[in-house]
Amino acid sequence: MGMNIAEKILAKAAGKPRVVPGEIAVVEVGTAVLTDMNFLPASWRQILKMHDPRKVVVVLDHLVPANEPLSAAAHTAARAFVKRFGIERFHDVGRDQGISHVVVADNAYALPGTVMVNPDSHTCGGGAFNCAARGVGLPETIFAVTTGKSWFRIGECIRYELQGKPRPGVSAKDVFLHIAGKWGAHVNQNVEYGGPGLANLSLNARRTLAIMGTELSAEFVIFEPDEAMLAYVRARNPAPFEPAAPDPDAVYKERRPLALDTIEPLVALPDTIVNNSVRVAEVAGQKIDQAFIGSCANGTLDDFAVAAKVVAGRRVAPGVRLIVTPGSQAIYRDALAAGYVAILAEAGAVVTSATCGACVGGHMGVLGPGEVCITASTRNFKGRMGDPSARIYMASPATVAASALAGRIASAAEFFAGDLA
Amino acid sequence: MISGKVWKFGDDINTDLMLPGAVMSKTEAEQARAVFAANRPGWIDQMKPGDVLVAGRNFGMGSNRPASRSLRNIGIGFLLAESINGLFFRNSVNFGFVAVECPGCFAAFEEGDTAELDLDRWKVVNPRTGATLAPPPVPDQLMSLMRGGGVYPMLERQGLIAPRA
Ligand code: SF4
Repeated sequence: MGMNIAEKILAKAAGKPRVVPGEIAVVEVGTAVLTDMNFLPASWRQILKMHDPRKVVVVLDHLVPANEPLSAAAHTAARAFVKRFGIERFHDVGRDQGISHVVVADNAYALPGTVMVNPDSHTCGGGAFNCAARGVGLPETIFAVTTGKSWFRIGECIRYELQGKPRPGVSAKDVFLHIAGKWGAHVNQNVEYGGPGLANLSLNARRTLAIMGTELSAEFVIFEPDEAMLAYVRARNPAPFEPAAPDPDAVYKERRPLALDTIEPLVALPDTIVNNSVRVAEVAGQKIDQAFIGSCANGTLDDFAVAAKVVAGRRVAPGVRLIVTPGSQAIYRDALAAGYVAILAEAGAVVTSATCGACVGGHMGVLGPGEVCITASTRNFKGRMGDPSARIYMASPATVAASALAGRIASAAEFFAGDLA
Repeated sequence: MISGKVWKFGDDINTDLMLPGAVMSKTEAEQARAVFAANRPGWIDQMKPGDVLVAGRNFGMGSNRPASRSLRNIGIGFLLAESINGLFFRNSVNFGFVAVECPGCFAAFEEGDTAELDLDRWKVVNPRTGATLAPPPVPDQLMSLMRGGGVYPMLERQGLIAPRA
């Protein structure tokens, strides 16, 4: 019996010929990432010995530039830590700034066929690069940083067999909302994406889909390797790696065909994501106070391109705030060069520097009591983006941008009507 | 055997509810006061140390924030849930909070019942109804961390991290 991708990567990292669901594998960790939140005094534990500083990446992301003295203190602690252990891959406020999962993608730190850990729950975004990447919490990451190891309980795997191509105006976020609406949570399960439709998803689209796997409560979310992905990684990271493809006789709990061309734009209603998706038409007309495009899921250059296409030559509705936050300063520079930032700013959007910001209710777009927001980010939980009485709808960047223009939830279909399928 | 008075929670209880973003940078004591403030205001004053939680599916979904630590700090004796989110389970192991997946538990208990958990025989009992459940055992290596205060005391003993000042 063969192995699926997650099993292959974990078996190799455990130094074993094979692993099976239910088993606990103790593995070598290829890369461990820490973020600014981990250095808050309430959380951080002082590390005395490190396994290997070359395997560690430190990224300031949730609250950058610092929004209050406490986050500034966390940043100071992170800088001292990086200096003490001689960590070279450090992303401070400035040119290399970004959200950890985006910085990991920009620089191809998540290597195909390897294991990556980060306290943060959206780490599975690294799976777009065929990496077994998993959010493990701070104690486990400190364990990995100090010992070089971690453990995983091998889960059963659901494989999505992608076919066809999303229709114009339909994004990876809609694909995710379709999966979350139709199949619900994937607790204790791995998710594998592959099939002929993979070629029709850009790497940015795959990253959105991989990041959002967290909201399915999946363990690992891993994509099959293809030439486009491998070329991207090789161009950015000289380290050697060996991608993992599934065995032809790999075992899955279920294989689910997913016809990308049948998916339509969706919106998740407030408070929970799974089993909560409706067609845009069902909520169209709901008045909004804020529209947000950003986060590790939707702060890519593709997302900027779509938002700019929708708002070009138009104005954000009076009384509505459209906030657009790139995933990294590298993406910000690319969006500037492509003219997207100018188009968005002219339309009345506020384009911020790269940070988690509004996604985590931290700064630059926190919601007040009773406000309504439509967001292209990761979570719509009660209280997530500010006051617990605020209501958060979740959709694609196209739907969010179209809603910002209308001042109410609206379909973006008209902006893509002329596009070729 | 450990036992405690049951508080019931439903499906998909997320970590933002246990540890709201607003207190993320505050002290552990302040974080503990905020547990379930949004979905069950006032609960924190009603519950007593030693009480236990019985919940539905996917308990602890969401972020990596140390919600298990807050539950441990307010004195929750243990958690039984139909299923537990992987990251929350790992944090529970690492923060020394006893969290056990126990299919059937949601129907077997009502709020106010007493729940008994025997971690040597992997048995859950409701003495009021006599209902008995057999949760799948957590592997020994994880159980010893979970019951031994978590991963930090172990790393301290090994000289890898400093004791908290
Ligand atoms: S952007 Fe949002 S989901 Fe992503 S790491 Fe930051 S806070 Fe978490």
